[in-house]
Amino acid sequence: MGGRDTTMVLLDENGIRCDGRKIDETRKIMIKAGVLKNADGSAYIEFGDNKILVGVFGPRDVHPKHMSDTDTGILRVRYHMEPFSVTERKNPAPSRREIEISKVIKEALEPAVMLEQFPRTAVDVFIEVLQADGGTRCAALSAASVALADAGIPMRDMVAACASGKVADTIVLDVNNEEDQAGQADMPIGYMPSLEKITLLQLDGVLTPEEYKKCVEVGVNGCKIVYEVQKKALNDKYFGSGKD
Amino acid sequence: MDNRRKYVIPGDVVTSGPFRPEQNVILEGNKIISTTVGISEIYDDSVRVISLTGKYIPKIDDLVIGKVISHTSLSWELDINSCYVGFLPAQDVFGRDFSAHADELSSKLKTGDLVAARIANFDRTRDPLITISDRDLGKIDSGALVKISPSKVPRLIGKRGSMIQMIEQATDAAITIGQNGWVVVSCESPEGLLKAKKAIQMVDEKAHIANLTDQVKDMLESKGES
Repeated sequence: MGGRDTTMVLLDENGIRCDGRKIDETRKIMIKAGVLKNADGSAYIEFGDNKILVGVFGPRDVHPKHMSDTDTGILRVRYHMEPFSVTERKNPAPSRREIEISKVIKEALEPAVMLEQFPRTAVDVFIEVLQADGGTRCAALSAASVALADAGIPMRDMVAACASGKVADTIVLDVNNEEDQAGQADMPIGYMPSLEKITLLQLDGVLTPEEYKKCVEVGVNGCKIVYEVQKKALNDKYFGSGKD
Repeated sequence: MDNRRKYVIPGDVVTSGPFRPEQNVILEGNKIISTTVGISEIYDDSVRVISLTGKYIPKIDDLVIGKVISHTSLSWELDINSCYVGFLPAQDVFGRDFSAHADELSSKLKTGDLVAARIANFDRTRDPLITISDRDLGKIDSGALVKISPSKVPRLIGKRGSMIQMIEQATDAAITIGQNGWVVVSCESPEGLLKAKKAIQMVDEKAHIANLTDQVKDMLESKGES
């Protein structure tokens, strides 16, 4: 993928990107835990212009019953975009893309959650994208992990996620919508910061082996920034801010 | 706060070294990692985290308050505010000579009845087995049900029962606390009942505050004068 032709300057001579960020800077991130009363756990994330709400239920009974597993609990994830989340109305029915992202997020959370403690149950994660602006899967995954912690689901570690990519022949952190459309590569990464393990790694585009290594490194650093925000969200809700 | 106690979130390293991991912690290499949001406690040889959130998971010998949701000809099913339903066999109520033909289960416990029960047995293969054949257990005839978060039950009880004793003494109420977060309050006077309910809800909302016992005491006393 050479990237689409664009008139926009993605990276100027001073190393400033189209939205005014430096190459190793993320967009503004805000996470709030426990925003929904009726869900067992919930979180709201604003990641630049992305706005995503996540609700978690469980562990609870599995319906339909045949899906239940006698050895372990199961994790079910639904990623859904609101019709008004993008500029042109999106059909609310689950699309091919949403089904894929649901699966990818589920598999990125599975190494962290310890559902073997709750056989015959299910944990449901509902992700609603209210406003999308590139990198929703990473933002959704970060919020889902906060919501799971808020629900009290035992986890080996939090999962923080951030994307990196290649724009104008430079490896940059946290690719936004414009860069995603016109850039050369996009790599979403999910990362468990304390265990130092990667749980999600996708790549759309072409990179040389050196660029690939750099891209992973930059992305993991982004995840660490997201992790600090996740930590703050949980500390704010449970301990009042500032204490640790 | 004493430095052995610490606020932790999933993935935080509580400590490292030769400790025995107990509640809500896992051993990863030689590090002990918290698996939940809570307060870590380090003892001489063991480490645990007291969870501040989460659903009730049955433990053998826990006293719980259950609500009858249905029955078959052989057993009742109880909602115990958990991801599993409580299983109460008819023999437990009718005795060994229970006969599915002669005895009608709804004559003893009807759908919607509240019972104080004990978890007799629970393992990962089956739903929790419940018993009501013990002193102080059985159907609850009167009182008001207050639902609180199961993770805040230890706070409501307090150190050696200090919190709950104080509420009981101030209001003359009899309070039964189920480990599953359901609490039954019964009291002769309506004011006492209201006050006790309010105190319990206050503990649920403000569980993280340090001098909560004093605050609850103030609330109980101030209302008493007005």
